[in-house]
Amino acid sequence: MERLTPEPAAAVVPKAPGRWQIATVTAIAVETPTVKSFTLALPIWMPHLPGQHYDVRLTAPDGYQAQRSYSIASSPLTSGEIQLTIDRLDDGEVSPWFHDVVEVGDKVEVRGPFAAYFVWSGEQPALLLGGGSGVVPLMAMLRHKRLTAPELEMRLIYSVRLATDVIYAAELAAGEETQLTYTRVPPPGWEGHSGRVDAAMIAASGVDPARGTAFACGSNGFVESASRLLLDAGFAPERIKTERYGPTG
Amino acid sequence: MSEFFSRGFGGRRRPPEGKADRIPPGQYYEAGFPVLTAGPTPTVETGSWSFSVDGVVGAARSWSWDEFQALPAEEVPCDIHCVTKWTKLDTSFRGVSVDTLLADVEPLGGYATAFSYGGYTTNLALEDLTDGKAWVVTEWEGEPLPSEHGGPARLLVPHLYFWKSAKWVAGLRLMDHDEPGFWESNGYHMHGDPWREERYWND
Ligand SMILES: Cc1cc2nc3c(=O)[nH]c(=O)nc-3n(C[C@H](O)[C@H](O)[C@H](O)COP(=O)(O)OP(=O)(O)OC[C@H]3O[C@@H](n4cnc5c(N)ncnc54)[C@H](O)[C@@H]3O)c2cc1C
Repeated sequence: MERLTPEPAAAVVPKAPGRWQIATVTAIAVETPTVKSFTLALPIWMPHLPGQHYDVRLTAPDGYQAQRSYSIASSPLTSGEIQLTIDRLDDGEVSPWFHDVVEVGDKVEVRGPFAAYFVWSGEQPALLLGGGSGVVPLMAMLRHKRLTAPELEMRLIYSVRLATDVIYAAELAAGEETQLTYTRVPPPGWEGHSGRVDAAMIAASGVDPARGTAFACGSNGFVESASRLLLDAGFAPERIKTERYGPTG
Repeated sequence: MSEFFSRGFGGRRRPPEGKADRIPPGQYYEAGFPVLTAGPTPTVETGSWSFSVDGVVGAARSWSWDEFQALPAEEVPCDIHCVTKWTKLDTSFRGVSVDTLLADVEPLGGYATAFSYGGYTTNLALEDLTDGKAWVVTEWEGEPLPSEHGGPARLLVPHLYFWKSAKWVAGLRLMDHDEPGFWESNGYHMHGDPWREERYWND
């Protein structure tokens, strides 16, 4: 089989490049009213595994610093740059800075790529479950699959609140992989699923729980309920990988 | 101090007055208690729970839940630091010191692997587990430890990043060498001292 990822699965972890570097913002895309994607050109680029993240560090004039982690949204085949997709939390420190301040040409200090657990190394069939901005690392997986092995079985179950909350809407609509659900208000005329992700949606994905690997990412509540549904559907715990963003209630 | 500034960044989440020196580099002050787990939350019943100390030891030991409850417990006020960047100050747990658990086993190696229900492992040097630096805790802020935070029992090693404080802990295996655990095999640091920012492999 062709190599799907930059590193063979056995030696899956690239050497963590610990060094901070100064990236340049080369493009900004407005995804939804609260989400933007930032393309960063990196002086020292290395291929990542879909699912990995970068750390971002902001520095104030008095030396105060803030660090946060952001998943990579782009495929590792997009060399020289990465895309980060950031949801604006109104009372947050780092995400509003990206939304309210950053323009094309600005510099951002980053280091990565990091972590090697929540990564897709070509497993199939793969079932991806994303809630809100949890879709970001799953998009890296989906983009990479489309570029390297479009015939692989990969499905995405994507939960959003409203029609306007769908990140990467046009790109997702260009393929057949995605099942959307709207938890608050579906768009007019919507005939697909609405409400929270449930057992029926997982069954409808067609991914065989006996063979499939599942990746769930989102808020803690989303990931807890998704992983319970996956267990109930028959996925073995070691084939349910999760990534949780942000705090819990 | 870095020479690079982020245009237009002032910093909104500065630590509360007088507490800045308790926030390690790269961490931010978090009032809540976020959850970080690699997979589904396992269900661990206290009826079938046990905690064991084995591996290279003079005498292995194990305790049932009731036996464990009878061990001397202490309140552990502490600050905790998660590698995902948040730091929680002034929290408290209650549990049994690892010194108590090791008292009669006679460790013969300098390292340990903490292992958990659900298969999680993490590696620690014995010196990071002894001399009042580590506990097996069953309560958080006066309540039974919630399962999403590792209940019924988790390891607590507050001076290291919190992934070392294995949730749903089932025992300690003493070793004569340092062997990477789960996150340590997946790009995270072998030691994990937040004050030296030992986050990832090359740090
Ligand atoms: C491995 C990893 C990957 C991540 N990838 C992404 C990504 O691709 N895109 C993305 O937008 N975010 C991602 N995050 C979350 C990101 O790191 C920040 O936590 C988030 O942007 C908030 O930072 P902030 O400085 O704006 O808010 P903060 O100042 O940290 O927090 C503001 C307030 O909001 C709360 N809060 C923090 N995070 C959340 C949240 N996610 N939901 C609701 N409330 C929250 C805090 O408790 C606080 O009360 C990732 C986190 C991790 C650990």
